[in-house]
Amino acid sequence: MTAPLLSVRDLHVRAGGRLLLRGVTMQVDAGELVGVIGPNGAGKTTLLRAITGLAPRERGSVDLDGVAIEARGSRERAQSIAVVEQLPDAPPTMLVAELVMLGRFPHLGLLRRESARDAEIVHRAMSRAGCGGLAGRMIGTLSGGERRRAFIARALAQEPRLLLLDEPTAALDARAQAEIFEVARALAEGGAGVLVVIHDLTLAAAWCDRLVLLHEGAVIASGEPGAVITAEHLGAVYGPHVSVLAHPATGLPLVVPAASAEVRLPQARRA
Amino acid sequence: MVAATPRAQWLARILGASPFAAATVLLLASALVAVTQGTAAIPLPTAIAMFLDRLPFVTAPADVPEAWRRILFEVRLPRVAAAGLVGAALSYSGAAYQGVFRNPLADPFLLGVASGAALGASIAIVSPLPVDSYGFGWVPLFAFLGACVAVLAVYALSRRGGLADNATLLLAGIALSAVASGITSFMLLTGGPKTFPIFSFLFGGFNTSTWTRLLLATPYFAIGAVVVLLQSRALNVLQLDEEQAAHLGVDVTRTKIIVLAAASMIAAAAVAIAGVIGFVGLIVPHMVRMVVGNDYRRLLPLTAMLGAAFVILVDLVARRVLAPQEVPVGIVTEILGAPFFLYLLRRRGSAGSL
Repeated sequence: MTAPLLSVRDLHVRAGGRLLLRGVTMQVDAGELVGVIGPNGAGKTTLLRAITGLAPRERGSVDLDGVAIEARGSRERAQSIAVVEQLPDAPPTMLVAELVMLGRFPHLGLLRRESARDAEIVHRAMSRAGCGGLAGRMIGTLSGGERRRAFIARALAQEPRLLLLDEPTAALDARAQAEIFEVARALAEGGAGVLVVIHDLTLAAAWCDRLVLLHEGAVIASGEPGAVITAEHLGAVYGPHVSVLAHPATGLPLVVPAASAEVRLPQARRA
Repeated sequence: MVAATPRAQWLARILGASPFAAATVLLLASALVAVTQGTAAIPLPTAIAMFLDRLPFVTAPADVPEAWRRILFEVRLPRVAAAGLVGAALSYSGAAYQGVFRNPLADPFLLGVASGAALGASIAIVSPLPVDSYGFGWVPLFAFLGACVAVLAVYALSRRGGLADNATLLLAGIALSAVASGITSFMLLTGGPKTFPIFSFLFGGFNTSTWTRLLLATPYFAIGAVVVLLQSRALNVLQLDEEQAAHLGVDVTRTKIIVLAAASMIAAAAVAIAGVIGFVGLIVPHMVRMVVGNDYRRLLPLTAMLGAAFVILVDLVARRVLAPQEVPVGIVTEILGAPFFLYLLRRRGSAGSL
């Protein structure tokens, strides 16, 4: 049996005296798009930071291709794992092409010159992320969706085997959200693993192969979207505020604001 | 590479094709003007002929007064060379500090590094150590140690939970400067006959420049400059933020320590030669960024060249404006630099980004 691409076992992370992750076990296989869901403060971002080694572990292990993550140097790690952070900052005057070229850093190091091959990879990354036309634009002039795509292109330029996306669709319109997931899906179909932290449960159910539901630093449920997004699980995590319906065409779960005896929506009241 | 701001695009069009050629021309021109101007003006063609005459295999007409020769090679040239090196060093270290602190207001003077280096240099001067031992200068070494203490203190003070914001960074720098220059002034009052050279550390100037002082400090500049240049791609990545840089494979802590130490060597070289000269490290890198953008591999060498030209010209102004009396260069850069600083402060608000 081959080792999974990413294997997290019994992960405990403590910061400032608080236990942020308590015994998280999960994995991502090559070719898979896995979503991490859960309420604010559940430990989703901490999980990503622990996978890249930025959040210090108290206990547990993170293996990439069966090799412990700490066995690799920071550059070697960045050759395999790319991250798009939640609200990444860049100088407003930096050009999109310059930003994406920074994704070649782990392969080039301090001294090697960018070759024609690097330029080609950068070019391809930009067109795959849907920002090929933005190469000469400054970061400060981009819209929210364009900006997100530019940072995703930088991650693609790293040629990662595992891509970690932290809320890549927050504050984007419906079309831009779908386009981001199309890029992630395409990368997974190309053989990489993608782990995406996401708040929108309907979107998560529609796009991900598997979901991991985190609550207070622990895994409440994991598996196929239909098995994770159930009234019972969501009730335990989000309280009585959401209802789960089935999509009339696909049968996939749709998560909608709840209307029950305890929670009255203003529009429902009016009716 | 495209110009950083639309406003600077006309400049980029002029310099764009080859900013290095433009910087070279500017540097040579300012050096030539500076060596010919002074109480005794030497005609430009004569000065060029005198330089050519020094080259091997070239004999230029050399019927010039011996006094001119002395003035050119023993008075003005060391002074212009010192101004050039100091300008290059201050600008270069400014650009490096800005990269590490991710703040365009980081400059050896505002960070308190210059005052720390001046204190170190003053200690070396009043101590019984000789100026140099077998070609090794004690003054630059002590200046370097002073600069390191200052930069570590600023770094520790200004860093609370991540990035230093403008206000904390500047206040920490001001506090450190105050302490260091207070101690330096105290040594000035109590130091006895050795104190005269300390004056130049407090006010900044080139009137005491000698080849010896220049040569003792040069290795610090050269080594520091090469070390920072080798880290320039990591500095490019650090323009994002520390978390992104770490995710892109930069060993953030190691890079910062290396660049801070090297930048402090460079700043110490400048202070050991000419004392505290403010704002050069703020003005020059900002101008260069506006024209060539933020790629440190181009930014750093261009900053050094234009910084050299800038201080050579400022020193010329300082020599000539009240001639025959001299104004300390530090006063001129402060008059030029403080409004520029306020402009940057206002424009950037409290953001730390470049």
